[in-house]
Amino acid sequence: MSTAMDVEHGHAAHGHDAHGSDHPAFVAHHFDNAGQQEGAAKLGMWVFLATELLMFSGLFLAYFYMRSQYPEMVLEAHHELNKWLGGLNTVFLITSSLTMALAVRAAQVGNRKQSSMMLVATILFACGFMVIKYIEYSAKIEHGLLPGANFFAQHVTTAGGEMIQKAWYGGPQLFFGVYFLMTGLHGVHVLVGIGLLVWILIRTNKGQFSEHYYTPVENVGLYWHLVDLVWIFLFPLLYLVK
Amino acid sequence: MATTTVEGVEHGHGHAHEVDFYKESHGLKSWLFTLDHKRIGIMYLVGTLTAFMIAGILALIFRAELLTPQIDLLVNAANPNFQEAASLGRDLYNKLFTLHGALMVFVFIIPVVPAALGNFFLPLMLGAKDVAFPRLNLLSFYIWVLGTAILAVAVLAGQLDTGWTFYTPYSTTKGVGPVVLANLGAFVLGFSSILTGVNFIVTVHKMRAPGMTWNRMPLFIWALYATAVIQVLATPVLAITLLLLVAENVFNIGIFNPAMGGDPVLFQHFFWFYSHPAVYIMILPAFGIISEVISVHAKKHIFGYKAIALSSVAIAIISFLVWGHHMFVSGQSEFAGALFSFLTFAVAVPTAIKVFSWIATLYGGSITLNTPMLYGLMFLFTFTIGGLTGLFLGALSTDVQLHDSYFVVAHFHYVMMGGNVIALLAALHHWYPKMFGRMYNETHGKIGAALVMIGFNLTFFSQFMMGSRGMARRYAEYQPEFQPYHIASTIGAFILGLGLFFTLFYLVRGLFKGKKVGANPWGAVSLEWATQSPPIMHNFHDTPHVDSDPYNFPEIDHSRATGGHH
Repeated sequence: MSTAMDVEHGHAAHGHDAHGSDHPAFVAHHFDNAGQQEGAAKLGMWVFLATELLMFSGLFLAYFYMRSQYPEMVLEAHHELNKWLGGLNTVFLITSSLTMALAVRAAQVGNRKQSSMMLVATILFACGFMVIKYIEYSAKIEHGLLPGANFFAQHVTTAGGEMIQKAWYGGPQLFFGVYFLMTGLHGVHVLVGIGLLVWILIRTNKGQFSEHYYTPVENVGLYWHLVDLVWIFLFPLLYLVK
Repeated sequence: MATTTVEGVEHGHGHAHEVDFYKESHGLKSWLFTLDHKRIGIMYLVGTLTAFMIAGILALIFRAELLTPQIDLLVNAANPNFQEAASLGRDLYNKLFTLHGALMVFVFIIPVVPAALGNFFLPLMLGAKDVAFPRLNLLSFYIWVLGTAILAVAVLAGQLDTGWTFYTPYSTTKGVGPVVLANLGAFVLGFSSILTGVNFIVTVHKMRAPGMTWNRMPLFIWALYATAVIQVLATPVLAITLLLLVAENVFNIGIFNPAMGGDPVLFQHFFWFYSHPAVYIMILPAFGIISEVISVHAKKHIFGYKAIALSSVAIAIISFLVWGHHMFVSGQSEFAGALFSFLTFAVAVPTAIKVFSWIATLYGGSITLNTPMLYGLMFLFTFTIGGLTGLFLGALSTDVQLHDSYFVVAHFHYVMMGGNVIALLAALHHWYPKMFGRMYNETHGKIGAALVMIGFNLTFFSQFMMGSRGMARRYAEYQPEFQPYHIASTIGAFILGLGLFFTLFYLVRGLFKGKKVGANPWGAVSLEWATQSPPIMHNFHDTPHVDSDPYNFPEIDHSRATGGHH
């Protein structure tokens, strides 16, 4: 086989790869077709979500260690959290999961306008969540309910007027350490989620998705549902201790 | 080739030598922003081997210190106050072994086979054009660079002397500073590892060439797959552990601090839940390499393909259930200790299945004693010693005696170095012609292998002996009766260092002076040998179609009653 033929062959193959009917622009060069790319992207997202779950699982373990060792302290300290604000945030996140699911559905059927609207709603709920988080954190900081012996207020009293600070050993600073770590890490995930949602919204408005290609919308949706799911566990464990 | 696994091979041979991926584009930028898995693999290889060299030189420095029972080499002779100078010398010794361990574990051994060799060969062996997520792949490389840089700053900043395990409460009483930085470094390196793992899992699931069924995948791929599963499931736990340790240092939250009602053993549980499976992140890819090297250079169908493939998966699963054997003397319950001891013994079963299968593969094979095969055989010796001595440490009663002694040091060096590094050397020689299109000097290779074999065993076998006689690890000074063992160990370390530097020398020399080779110098049949050496940018001219397994060598005589294999 001559070199000239090789070159020709190479060009033909390349032309087919880049512009063939089964290889539209959104399919990266190393995939055979759109189906393979979509399958890979989705599997990748699920595997990534598994890593997220395992990362949070470490914090849950720390939480249960603390709770099993000092059940009374956890019960007492959790009264300092605002159930109503936490509950409202739960409502926000669950509703945002609904709007996210609707955005994905709209993207799947190629309804760009509705998808865009639902994404905006999701972003608003997410921002609402962060605003309430800000209010909650401000109150904690004001009252000195901070993690760690270095920062924890020396003279915090409960609603009953009793000092909650008795000793560092197994004291409420442990609870607030775990509280801030868990909700803080979750909050970082919400912030990242807002960034991703804005990115998807911009791409939707640019018309980059259609009923043939909506994988990024779906994957961001999966991520958002995980963020929601983690909160659904965090809320009762931290706010509704019995 | 009588039985070819690739339809396109004859076709491929017809092609004139085409531009390979090194020459496809030029300039520093074409490397720094490349999405090509082969170039990313090469960059990882250079980076990880540099870390290996630095960490190895550190080991030579403290081995030289250990020649004598007193502390002398690391003492500043100009300091008139000897006590102070000696104390500083001991601190320096602690920092040296901490840096040695942290670099070797986090920067070198964990990424070297999956991220360097795996990146280069996983798509090639699957018949794919690239990994599933090339951008993520490049990102993981830069995250690795960032993590290494943070770790380096932590060390240069000074006071990191916790050992690579960062045990509390020591690591939380040092104050904010190097420990936090080093933790962040390891945290960032973990992300790099996770991204590689995600990429490999998806690539193996979704990017296999037509006809490449799970049971036709080379065993190196099976090993990388099992490794990726561990990377993805265990590394996030390390991430959160390090984050908790940072919070402990910065905010003093107390979850690991007994004075505040926390539990330092909790940290050990967290840490080893990652770090024991991490041991298998280090060794499983080595198993994969040995399966390839032994079958190709013995021209024999691998014995027990499915057993080897599934034992990798079995090891990956069991690896999550044995972390407590690091804590037999840390105060966990006796019941937990007994359970972890039993589960630890269970790991020996799939591992032994592999070793027996390799030996059975060698039996009756046409063994070529070239450098890759010599390292493959060396692996069987050194890894088996490492594995069997692990049983002493997995047994509760003997572990109480041997814990924190040089026996442990020798054991994990026999597994990590005698396993992973020896396999890495086998792989570097086996795949050298494919990666660089040239051949190293075979005589040099054999001399290097001999030096490594002698040096390695002298270094660490003497450590087994002194460890079992009570020499504790991590001290710069020791009782005079241990000196003969230490001298032997130090001499061995320098022979080993010489062997490795000599290997570096002739491998680099081969890049320029080595004889050019064709696509398939070893007569192997897995897909990476079906494309030219070095491969072209998109790996294959046409998508390969696989119709046979990767160990079906043409030399195998299928007509005889023995079948030539199995």
